[in-house]
Amino acid sequence: MDLQTLTYIIVGATFALYIGIAIWARAGSTQEFYVAGGGVSPLANGMATAADWMSAASFISMAGLISFMGYDGSVYLMGWTGGYVLLALCLAPYLRKFGKFTVPDFIGDRYYSQTARTVAVICAILISFTYVAGQMRGVGVVFSRFLEVDITTGVIIGMAVVFFYAVLGGMKGITYTQVAQYCVLIFAYMVPAIFISIMITGHVFPQTGLGATLLDGSGMHLLERLDGLSAELGFAAYTEGTKSTADIFAITAALMVGTAGLPHVIVRFFTVPRVKDARISAGWALVFISILYTTAPAIGAFARYNMIDTINGPDAQGTLVAEAPTWIKNWEKTGLIKHEDKNGDGRMFYSGDERNEMTIDRDIMVLANPEIAQLPDWVIALVAAGGIAAALSTAAGLLLVISTSISHDLLKRNLMPNITDKQELLAARGAAAVAIVIAGYLGINPPGFVAEVVAFAFGLAAASFFPAIILGIFYKKMNKEGAIAGMLAGIIFTVGYILYFKGIFITPFAENKPENWLFGISPEGIGTVGMAVNFVVAYTVSKFTKEVPQDVQDIVEQIRFPKGAGEAQSH
Amino acid sequence: MAFQTNELAKAYWRENISLMLKLLAVWFAVSFAAGILFVDQLNMVQFFGFKLGFWFAQQGSIYTFVLLIFIYVIKMNALDRKYDVHED
Repeated sequence: MDLQTLTYIIVGATFALYIGIAIWARAGSTQEFYVAGGGVSPLANGMATAADWMSAASFISMAGLISFMGYDGSVYLMGWTGGYVLLALCLAPYLRKFGKFTVPDFIGDRYYSQTARTVAVICAILISFTYVAGQMRGVGVVFSRFLEVDITTGVIIGMAVVFFYAVLGGMKGITYTQVAQYCVLIFAYMVPAIFISIMITGHVFPQTGLGATLLDGSGMHLLERLDGLSAELGFAAYTEGTKSTADIFAITAALMVGTAGLPHVIVRFFTVPRVKDARISAGWALVFISILYTTAPAIGAFARYNMIDTINGPDAQGTLVAEAPTWIKNWEKTGLIKHEDKNGDGRMFYSGDERNEMTIDRDIMVLANPEIAQLPDWVIALVAAGGIAAALSTAAGLLLVISTSISHDLLKRNLMPNITDKQELLAARGAAAVAIVIAGYLGINPPGFVAEVVAFAFGLAAASFFPAIILGIFYKKMNKEGAIAGMLAGIIFTVGYILYFKGIFITPFAENKPENWLFGISPEGIGTVGMAVNFVVAYTVSKFTKEVPQDVQDIVEQIRFPKGAGEAQSH
Repeated sequence: MAFQTNELAKAYWRENISLMLKLLAVWFAVSFAAGILFVDQLNMVQFFGFKLGFWFAQQGSIYTFVLLIFIYVIKMNALDRKYDVHED
């Protein structure tokens, strides 16, 4: 059986599973559409959160970026796991006790203001849009490779699939489907990693394989060899990287804080029955996430080693184009790998200096990895299924936030309070459709690699929600004026900075390079500065405006201990 | 009010905050300090096949994060019982 047929079968089988579960658990009432009926166990919730959380950025893009960035890629590893500590310690239990469905609901009630709610809704929509745009690119990469079409067609196919998938079920469908998706994606991620780890180092666990000695007889450690190769080929040392310390710090902080402020992750902690469960859910989620996150750097290093080896050949003279490995030929069809024979010697050569003849899209590394290592076809097909699972689960969760924000928060609570449940559901689905079309456009014309675009979404969350929620819990005296001014200042500053250098939908104002950056911080890390701006503005404004009403201060007292937490309430 | 007195409520909150800050200090130390700010110094030390700073940045910090959350959960559940503010 050829690879393509096998891929259809495995992807088809996993799809049938997800859709089966979605239909079985089909959402009836609006309450079920938003939050599963409260009866989700912390373990299942943790697993679903992990699937929801680990998107195309984690599954497809991250290890590839690490493979090209080396140490610099650590920002994603620490950033996207460390946020869970903040979430578990500083947010989840209190928000669960507060007992509202969405982040804008919390902001609106805690800051006793319709305006605060509306500002929060707009931030939620902005964040989710940016995030979903990154996902569509990832879905497109998977479809384009396995249907052997170019990347644009791949994105369009992905848009259609995500739409049907997300609109079918609500949160309840999604919770159980996501448990299934987690199982598929982690299996698909680990199998090739374990195979390759055994082939290269003899270690079963990729986590230890990363630090192990190579089996090629050189007696060198893998990381040592990669540093050596980088030096020979004119790249920065693999274990050192090129980014400045300030930038690494800022990006890591933005990703961590952004994790804790992401609306589609926070909403997960409303679905557990008790405050206690909210704490432990975050713990389980991180356990399931860590399995992938500690494997990713190993995959990155293995992929780099294998890729250089197969392109440049064992003698480092370059491989003859006529004898090019099949993975290169396959990926050339998608347009994501290009070879230009600059010196006309009929050989391919990959390096970091003028000898380089290859253009390789970083987002393909995880998918290409099993092909590069010549693993059996079923493993390659499995990875495709995993990639699709990762992208779908996250895209669905985000679309839910977008549609909730628009139909529930904006329409029902603001503009048209009299609409029926049915109309609200219809509006939710319409909003999801519009979101997919815009996301698809950005997927075809991406402003960066998947993980980079997703990093922008985290920066926006860090700059808007995180300070408002933290102050709302830990600082009783924060009033509505301060919170609104802070959120606006934070998000406008961050969006402005990203647009200034990246120019999404417009032309950038300045070239995106370190010399032009504020404090040497890239657009990916600017959310950290945005967060600081938010805190300072919020505090200052709150000092000069009216004090918080006593009843709101009493509510804040109430959320600080678990006893008496009821079910999450809608309005 | 779930607490008998205001003092108890304050004491509970104080203990909660102090636990949180201690755990966050470790959180900061393994990621921002060991993995970023002092990575070059730690990289002088070899840890199995890794440079130590690099290991913290790509492996060690993540393991620590998981531990921190579970420690927090256990300690907080105990604290809730001590002040009798736990759920059923």
